[in-house]
Amino acid sequence: MEVVIFTFAAIASVAGGVGVIGSRLPVRNALSLLLVLGSLAVTYLLLAAQFVAVLQVIVYAGAIVVLFLFVIMLLHKQLGEMSPDRLRWQGPVGLVLAAAFLTLILLTIRFGVAAPTAPAPAEFGTAESVGRALFTAFVLPFEVASVILLVGIIAAVVIGRPAAQTAAAAGRSAATPVGGSRR
Amino acid sequence: MTVPISAYLALSALLFVLGITGVLLRRNALVVFMSIELMLNAVNLTFVAFARQLLAIEGQLAVFFVVLVAAVEVVVGLAIIIAIFRARDTVDIDDVDLLRG
Repeated sequence: MEVVIFTFAAIASVAGGVGVIGSRLPVRNALSLLLVLGSLAVTYLLLAAQFVAVLQVIVYAGAIVVLFLFVIMLLHKQLGEMSPDRLRWQGPVGLVLAAAFLTLILLTIRFGVAAPTAPAPAEFGTAESVGRALFTAFVLPFEVASVILLVGIIAAVVIGRPAAQTAAAAGRSAATPVGGSRR
Repeated sequence: MTVPISAYLALSALLFVLGITGVLLRRNALVVFMSIELMLNAVNLTFVAFARQLLAIEGQLAVFFVVLVAAVEVVVGLAIIIAIFRARDTVDIDDVDLLRG
């Protein structure tokens, strides 16, 4: 049973991965990414990581893919047009290097020690056990993570704001009464 | 019958190499970004697989932090892509070559 579920999830995630890099339509790329993320959540469940599986669905599928789709829709008009390829050798060399790397990793896995897997205790990977570790041994990284999130929010706002325009508009609104012409 | 850990590792390796291929071959900045997400997810799968084998919860905590940093990275990266698109009207990373000699 576990093998069947794993096989389906593996096939779906690899198909999604091919779709992410292979499709020419950005929306299809994003939806393929969604397929990968969903099937990886299934494999996390098989690996007794319920909390991580839920986290994957909420954060990745719920937030990140939606953000990608949002940006794709926002930039919709010119995404399809690419300039002609100036680095013709890049494609074949990239494929060869990727294949060599895959071979290397698979050989490493093949010759690695494959210890038998002990059955997981029932409470392994639940929100309770993850949360207990998170708020005891890992409380400092957790707090640093909240600062990183704050920095990310501020950075997105600062980058997204058209700086010159805002400054000009601010100067104009100071000089002219309310209702001055703004583009 | 349980799935051996090496099967998860092989799947993870395959997804990681797909991500590498996407970064190397594609020139659409958004697709390159999605490929990076693909690689992060492959590494997450490795973390979870080893956490399961060693019965160590720290592996799942690492995934927690990776997901968090990935979310921040996507927010900032997409903001940068939008800024580049506003300034240069392109998302082709070969066209953004201001630093070229």
